[in-house]
Amino acid sequence: MGLDIKIPIGLMFSLLGLILTILGLVTNGDTALYEQSLGYNINLISGVVMLLFGLFMLLTSTLFRKKKEEE
Amino acid sequence: MQTTFSLGTIDWAIILIYFIFVLGIGWALRRYMKDSKAFLEAGRSLPAWVTGLAFISANLGALEVIGMAASGAKYGQMTFHFYFVGAIPAMIFLAIFMMPFYYGSKARSVPEYLKLRFDEKTRGFNAFAFAIMTVFSSGISMYALALLAQVIMPLHIDWNILGLHIGEFDFYLMVSAVIVLVYMVLGGLTSAIYNEVLQFFLIVIGFAPLVFIGLKEIGGWEGLRANLPENMMHTWKLTGSSGANPMGVEWFGVAMGLGFVLSFGYWTTNFLVVQRAMAAGSMSAARKTPLIGALPKMLLPFLVVVPGMIALALSNMGDLEIPLKAGSAVKDFDKVIPVLLMRYMPVGVLGVGLTALMASFMSGMAGNVSAFNTVFTYDIYQSYIRPDQSDHHYLKVGRWTTVVGVLISIMTAYVAKSFNNVMDFLQLIFAFVNAPLFAAFLLGMFWKRTTGHAAFWGLIGGTIAAAVHHGISLPVGGTAGVKGGYFALVHTYPSEMAQNFWTAIYAFSTALILTFVITVLTKKIKTDDELKGLVYSLTPKIRDTNIQWYQKPEFLAAIVGAIAIVLSIIFW
Repeated sequence: MGLDIKIPIGLMFSLLGLILTILGLVTNGDTALYEQSLGYNINLISGVVMLLFGLFMLLTSTLFRKKKEEE
Repeated sequence: MQTTFSLGTIDWAIILIYFIFVLGIGWALRRYMKDSKAFLEAGRSLPAWVTGLAFISANLGALEVIGMAASGAKYGQMTFHFYFVGAIPAMIFLAIFMMPFYYGSKARSVPEYLKLRFDEKTRGFNAFAFAIMTVFSSGISMYALALLAQVIMPLHIDWNILGLHIGEFDFYLMVSAVIVLVYMVLGGLTSAIYNEVLQFFLIVIGFAPLVFIGLKEIGGWEGLRANLPENMMHTWKLTGSSGANPMGVEWFGVAMGLGFVLSFGYWTTNFLVVQRAMAAGSMSAARKTPLIGALPKMLLPFLVVVPGMIALALSNMGDLEIPLKAGSAVKDFDKVIPVLLMRYMPVGVLGVGLTALMASFMSGMAGNVSAFNTVFTYDIYQSYIRPDQSDHHYLKVGRWTTVVGVLISIMTAYVAKSFNNVMDFLQLIFAFVNAPLFAAFLLGMFWKRTTGHAAFWGLIGGTIAAAVHHGISLPVGGTAGVKGGYFALVHTYPSEMAQNFWTAIYAFSTALILTFVITVLTKKIKTDDELKGLVYSLTPKIRDTNIQWYQKPEFLAAIVGAIAIVLSIIFW
């Protein structure tokens, strides 16, 4: 199929990951907010994991492969 | 205890972003939908990892996610059986022995394979039964989504549109129906599969933090062991007798009922999952589909069953109150996932967890609608209503079938709202329909003599046997009605699970014996030449001479099998 699934997956997880990472950084040290997650800044952890996964998907998608071939 | 979430703007934004991407995928795919093959078979062009993840995601609708967490709280580690013995052997069998016929025969659906292998009436029976089953399942999924959404994401909607009262339930039902409708009409099966892949990653990323923090709080696996009864911490060890384990089944019932009949019936003949493998781009990719799916499948119990066990352990420690079912003193284990999400997830990741739940509801609908489309268009419309039309005509019919399928699903959802018991009953029946079908496939694929009459009457007989057995048995404490016993009461099983397993065993055995006997009594109509590519002994073996040994499906199958055995021993 013409659309590489890695592109929407990569874009969505990069975007969501970025949002959670920023949220995690802004709220870092907010003990009241992270009391329910036992003190873990779960937004920052999840955000970074999602961002890395999203970027990995984008980098291995046809989007990137085509560009490399053109160079 | 309050069961509503305080959702922040960020949580809503995350849910909204997901909806935009879902619709965007459909929009991006629309220009590739040039013929009915692209729309209804995803053009048979997808890579194995995509079809593999979709293969298990199609069975990871929210009803399964919530149901498996509930089973985790009820039966503990025994629930792992559904992911190890209840899935892996069947997936390996499908990949190695059955996929060559499904994919190689060029049949476009399971009913069409039945037509090629047996005859028209066998196809017709299966096509109609399957079509009805899928729209009902889709409707039940829709109903469950609206029900959960109105509880956990209250919007306080109370509209009056043209005299019709629109509440939250109706609002969520319509929103989900419209979104599924739009992306399915635009991108067909490919849309459904792509969204299943997206949903798989969302479930993993959304639920992993829940399990991680939950296990931390309770003190890891040892903490789980300390706070749950011993009989909930084993899979096989206590299956020597049905009384010793919480599921109420002995090892034979598990291995034969779940591991063989139910599991093989579901994973190898249910077009909902088989369709994903058939959408693969090559024979090798089609055969690898169930095997690639099997790898993450074995990790899923830790994401969906363990939360149920954590919730029960916390509740045993007096640290968590599991809500009760409305108007009774029974704990509503279907609520454990929402309850844990609320307990551990702060604003932000909460949005991701809820999105994962929404995604699995929507793909539960979309998966059924996509299978319904293909079977209705090819096996009912093209076969019985208007054959010999242009491909463009069938593409159009496929699109309209999507609309009709979603509309029937909406009606079903409202029926489910009014008659809860009817839906429980239907879901129970759906669990048995594949058992006789597996008997027809087993004999049909491996014994060339098997005739069409035999397969047809075997299917009918097996289905009747399931209904009769269910109608004369009850689980302990059950009253005659939805749970069975509507004809008479001959046998009482220690649990509902045991009753289900044995219903499947009787249905399968009846179908197998009937098909065998009638085959012997009837004349073989199809010639060996016609059965080439459809029956094991008449099909040339696949020789993958151009690939290395480690790239072969057989090698992957051996790895999958070995991991399943090791996991079964670890969680013995």
